[in-house]
Amino acid sequence: MAKELWKGNEAIAEAAVKAGCKFFFGYPITPQNEIPEYFSKRLPEVGGCFIQAESEIAAINMVYGAAGAGSRVMTSSSSPGISLKQEGITYIACAELPAVIVNMMRGGPGLGNIAPSQADYYQATRGGGNGDYRTVVLAPATIQEATDLVQEAFDIADMYRIPVVVLADGMIGQMMEAIEWRTPKKRELPKKSWATDGTNGVRPHNIINSLFIDAGDCTVQNRKLAKKYQLIEQNELRYEITGEAEPEIVFAAYGTTSRIARAACMRLKERGIKASLFRPITLWPYPSEALKAEAMKPSVKAVITVEMSMGQMVDDVRIALQGAKPVFFVGTGGGTIPVPQEIEEEAMRILGR
Amino acid sequence: MAAKVTFDRDRCKGCELCVSACPRHIVAIDESGTNRKGYHPATVTNMELCTGCASCARICPDSIITVYREVN
Amino acid sequence: MMKTVYQKSKGLTDAELHYCPGCTHGIIHKLVAESLEELGLIGTSVGIAPVGCSVFAYNYFACDMQEAAHGRAPAVATGIKRTHPELTVFTYQGDGDLAAIGTAEIVHAAMRGEKITTVFVNNAIYGMTGGQMAPTTLVGQRATTAPFGRQKEHYGSPIRMCELLSTIDGTAYAERVTVTDVPNIVKAKKAIKKAFTLQQQGAGFTFVEVLSTCPTNWGLSPLKAIDWLKANMIPYFPLGVYADRTEEAR
Repeated sequence: MAKELWKGNEAIAEAAVKAGCKFFFGYPITPQNEIPEYFSKRLPEVGGCFIQAESEIAAINMVYGAAGAGSRVMTSSSSPGISLKQEGITYIACAELPAVIVNMMRGGPGLGNIAPSQADYYQATRGGGNGDYRTVVLAPATIQEATDLVQEAFDIADMYRIPVVVLADGMIGQMMEAIEWRTPKKRELPKKSWATDGTNGVRPHNIINSLFIDAGDCTVQNRKLAKKYQLIEQNELRYEITGEAEPEIVFAAYGTTSRIARAACMRLKERGIKASLFRPITLWPYPSEALKAEAMKPSVKAVITVEMSMGQMVDDVRIALQGAKPVFFVGTGGGTIPVPQEIEEEAMRILGR
Repeated sequence: MAAKVTFDRDRCKGCELCVSACPRHIVAIDESGTNRKGYHPATVTNMELCTGCASCARICPDSIITVYREVN
Repeated sequence: MMKTVYQKSKGLTDAELHYCPGCTHGIIHKLVAESLEELGLIGTSVGIAPVGCSVFAYNYFACDMQEAAHGRAPAVATGIKRTHPELTVFTYQGDGDLAAIGTAEIVHAAMRGEKITTVFVNNAIYGMTGGQMAPTTLVGQRATTAPFGRQKEHYGSPIRMCELLSTIDGTAYAERVTVTDVPNIVKAKKAIKKAFTLQQQGAGFTFVEVLSTCPTNWGLSPLKAIDWLKANMIPYFPLGVYADRTEEAR
């Protein structure tokens, strides 16, 4: 298939349509506005429905309703808007509804700014809302990968009845890249027999709910969720390792910063330093074992985490390595983007060269 | 007897709304005993006077009253 | 031969209601259930339960149900109705849920003219959490967070949702009713049935506010609570039709 030039946000919206998502509920916030704008024009063409809600809170609760009624549904926002959606996300997680949530992260905390950021890593991978829950978190590094992952996100959501977060940033959302449209590997998806789409007098009523007033019942639900999360950890881990086979330095970076770390790898190679890049594609579940295996290679002297934050994923890197190798951090918060030179220099400093 | 009402005694909460609604004043709280929930339940004192108007049933918040009427 | 002339609606499940004795939530549940049953809509309806005393409503209605976050029922209903326009969708909400935390959701559902029905139960208090002040608590009425009675200079006057929503073009129908006695119960049922019928006909947002009692948190017996409602709530929240933008009304 011929390559096409697409802007990230629009490509993500079209990918959702290609995945059979006919319903989108959202609220304007920069830098993700092209997503709702694209849907508002595109969904009527496929017999779907776009609603610009009165708030992010309303939008995520519209997603809850639509998902509970058995529809493929999506919302998108950016950091402060995602904070508002946390209430709905924890309800969706507990009620076990499939939904896709795109976060085009921007600088924070607070109102922050509209520049690219990765400072919502904790929020995305630790649940974000109240209670013990997880969301699958997919982190594309290119627009091609974003279109692939968004399509697959709907399948993962349906397969496990779980909210799936596609975590990218203003850079991925705003830039244009050549892509080709690909369809994800077909999965056998369970029937949505739990959906509230009318009993039609042939079955008892279905209830979509996250209230378990009896503590024992709530414990049972928590155990059920935990078991599901274990299954996802077994089945859905994704990562990519590129660079030298016997590296002295392993960079760990996802999304936009993985591209910058890759440039740093190449600059180091020119200086005779071997480096590899470990790029988690799923941020939850986190590919800890694979990272550990890479870091435990005898040639590796240190692992350097690169993030557009003041250091969040670095915690998962430390958990994965359990102190087995030294871990360093290069990053910047508030919407600025690290440059390859500073990563390269940190590597040289650590190596004492 | 032209009509009768039955109460699901064990589900009654003794709120007396039915007592207030009966135009024939034949619904009363049975203070001689308690039901499974521990309430004095409502009962009919003189079924002969019941017209089957269903006022007691319509106001019953717990939907425990069923009304029957004689038909030819 | 004896014939059954009145029995529990098939729109209700067999679950026992958890409400306090004499709480009129049960009557309102019944009217919703009877309306769905008589219109043949039980199998094609989805209800949304709120947070508050009627949080367990999902166990009581025989149709499909969703439990919403506090105040968000109109947004949840929007999500269901927009993806399944063929379904009859209703929210059942209390005064804290609808008139405090969920004010944005109800106003905007009305603004969009969402083809949903909202049954708004106004008992002028937070019941489930133990009698705190609601946006509809009357001036001077005591609540656990207004121990000296609601003071107008501190909290303003109670909000009248029927009046507020009736100003919105998307509201096809808004009526305030009560269930204090059989004639009012009959009127309330007529209003709820009309709202569902209008939804079936594709009219916009339909809203029925029902003045309800809270004997426990008002500190009154069920019968005295009814008297209190009549004496205090109806004068401030007058009964009647506030909006009817249907063809029939024109």
